[in-house]
Amino acid sequence: MEFFGQVVAWFLDPAHWTGSNGVPWRVGEHLVMSGLAVLIGVAIAIPAGLAIGHTGRGEQISTAVAGLGRAVPSYALLILFVPLFGLGFSSALPALILLAIPPILVNTVAGIRDVDADTVEAGRGMGMTEREVLVDVELPAALPAIALGLRTSAVQVVATATLVALVAGGGLGRYIVDGFALRQDDRLFAGALLVAVLAVGTDRAFSWAQSRLEHRAGRPARDAFGPPAVAGGMPT
Amino acid sequence: MIRWDVIQGNLPLIGTKFLEHLALTVVAVVGGLVISGIAVVLIRDRPRIVALVTGFFSIVYTIPSLALLAFLVPLTHLSFATAEIALVGYTLFILTRNLLAGLASVPRDALEAADGMGYGRTRRLWQVEVPLALPLIVAGIRIATVTTIGLVMVTALIGFGGLGQVMLRGYNFRNDTLVLVGFVLTVALGLLADLGLGWLGRAITPWSRARAG
Amino acid sequence: MAATVTFEHVTKRYPGSAASRPGAVEDLSIEVPAGKVCVLVGPSGCGKTTSLKMVNRLIEPTSGRILIGGEDIASREVTDLRRSIGYVIQQVGLFPHQTIGENIATVPRLLGWDADRRRERVDALITLVGLDPAVHGDRFPAQLSGGERQRVGVARALAADPPVMLMDEPFGAVDPIVRERLQNEFLRLQADLAKTILFVTHDIDEAIKMGDLVAVMEVGGKLAQFGTPDEILANPASDFVARFVGADRGLKRLALTRVESLDLRPAVTARVGDDSGEARRRIVADPFEFLLLVDAANRPIGWIGQRQVPASGALTESMASAMSPLLDGKTTLKDALAMLIDAEVQVGIVVDGKGAVQGLVTADEITAYGRRDASASGAPGGAMASLR
Repeated sequence: MEFFGQVVAWFLDPAHWTGSNGVPWRVGEHLVMSGLAVLIGVAIAIPAGLAIGHTGRGEQISTAVAGLGRAVPSYALLILFVPLFGLGFSSALPALILLAIPPILVNTVAGIRDVDADTVEAGRGMGMTEREVLVDVELPAALPAIALGLRTSAVQVVATATLVALVAGGGLGRYIVDGFALRQDDRLFAGALLVAVLAVGTDRAFSWAQSRLEHRAGRPARDAFGPPAVAGGMPT
Repeated sequence: MIRWDVIQGNLPLIGTKFLEHLALTVVAVVGGLVISGIAVVLIRDRPRIVALVTGFFSIVYTIPSLALLAFLVPLTHLSFATAEIALVGYTLFILTRNLLAGLASVPRDALEAADGMGYGRTRRLWQVEVPLALPLIVAGIRIATVTTIGLVMVTALIGFGGLGQVMLRGYNFRNDTLVLVGFVLTVALGLLADLGLGWLGRAITPWSRARAG
Repeated sequence: MAATVTFEHVTKRYPGSAASRPGAVEDLSIEVPAGKVCVLVGPSGCGKTTSLKMVNRLIEPTSGRILIGGEDIASREVTDLRRSIGYVIQQVGLFPHQTIGENIATVPRLLGWDADRRRERVDALITLVGLDPAVHGDRFPAQLSGGERQRVGVARALAADPPVMLMDEPFGAVDPIVRERLQNEFLRLQADLAKTILFVTHDIDEAIKMGDLVAVMEVGGKLAQFGTPDEILANPASDFVARFVGADRGLKRLALTRVESLDLRPAVTARVGDDSGEARRRIVADPFEFLLLVDAANRPIGWIGQRQVPASGALTESMASAMSPLLDGKTTLKDALAMLIDAEVQVGIVVDGKGAVQGLVTADEITAYGRRDASASGAPGGAMASLR
């Protein structure tokens, strides 16, 4: 139990709460990096998913993206990008964006495709334009699925952002990678704790938002990206 | 960008690491299957315990792999055990959820028929429930395997990692060929496992269109 | 407000397939006069739903024209056209994320009505279909029963007071008891609204009940017969139609016709206190062997057999033995027949609103009517000519 005392002492040390290697700074880096990647991912995946889902054209694209998203390990992607984009943030961001896209894209497409065909026909039959059908009928019904995709994506990106420290980037992974390198188990464990709390917290927060939307939509979201009978995406 | 002489020179390393990758994966999935199988048989009739256990497994599943390794290193040090505990940990959530879903998918009338014909609990489990649950069980094994193949790479940090080591070495020595070889082989291994287990799932359950995917 | 809907040689073929592919329509020409209900009926795959969806252009015809109020719908802007046509489908298709009120307000919203006008209209429509705005207006579709959802579907289609309504098996998804109630409510509504309605069903009984006109279609999308329900039941145009309407078409026809449209047989009546000798002379002269004893207001008391009428004295109530079912002019022939079969004397006494005798009808006359053809029946409606 002496070890846990060391971990507590690490957290209590004021030196670990200031400067560019302090907890607030590292948390900030981690969140900005993840948030940016998810935002850009959303900006690409949601419009693309809405277009594919509404028109039914290009569904092979989203299937292929899903397959790749599942088969390409995030660690491999990060390291692969270093020779291409350089160290740190510049190769981390493209890798994180690529990881952010598949769950959102696939669930957006599935969410739109799953909207009751009769409801869509009723909308069209009453004289809604294609745009009105998409915005007023399909999108609201697909929101829980989109939220589920967003949740999977956010959790994966937050988790993978830990690995960015491996390619000389910042974020909370820094404590773990440095902890390993310097054999400082207290720093290692403290970093792991922070990362775990952040990842589980992200999952819980998005899960809450998703359940609110499911409640409003009156039905649970079906995960089209994750494995059958298992919610959530891939661990990273 | 690709230098064939580098590949040739490192062939023994690549071969060893490929096999290590495979071994780490198989041990993790088989270990996970044994643990989750025993857990499911023990707890399946107690919904509150099921919720508790799957809840715990889902938290483990959410923890980033680097953090999970970091939690374990102070306890089990840089060992094979550390790598496998982490890898097995990730398979547990997928496998228990799919085992439970598989057993829940067995039609009630099949169970009643088995009971009516006088099957005992164990015989009913092995001869009726498990075969009918196979599509979802195999789907779980497939997902767990593909996932583990990716996660094995991260254990390169504690001296294992299979093809992750190849990539890491390429990264450390600025050797792009090794980076690429590690990447391509890992993705290929993942896709092969996905296709192979998908095929296996369909082959061993001819009575059902496997819902694997 | 209603408009005539006309199909002129409308054909729908699907590419790369024979004309008999399910859903195809072959040279359909019919005219539905303003304010009438036309039911398209036929087996599945006969093209009835395709025909319906060509009216709001969810499906475009391969050739031919459809006119609403004399105007070719192909020349109308498609969303604009659809907003002017009410559309009800079997699965209702209510928007699950919107309240009942919001659902009903869909087309008014698309048409840009202001919020006050929409709310007023929504409340009026919820009431019209027999629900309560205060109770149901803010509920979500999932909180309603199947029958209630179906009513909301009808209310939503009526929202912008469209001259034409399309209804695709609107009562197909509810149980038979609810269906019957919805059908009756709908007929009552239509009596006031007088919309032009195209109504699709595969159920011949529903077609006969709901339609002013019935278009029977057969597989291959061909029109097998177009006419009033009575015409179709009385004179099926082909073996297909005869089989489709069923072996009991005579009985079905009886359900369409009311007692008042028959030529009633006059009753020989006598009042209590009348001279029995005079009454006896009259009944002996009549082929029907029973005298109907009535009270001072001409209301029936009972029958007296020819031979039971005394040669002299006054008639008294105690002389009447058997009694017959009393029929109202509005009673359908089918119901009348059912009552007569169960009765002691198989002669129905038709009475007016005050209970006074108007005439007699026998079970034989009713069954004979069921066998007669439409042109001889004098039934209302008359032949509705197809354009072909």
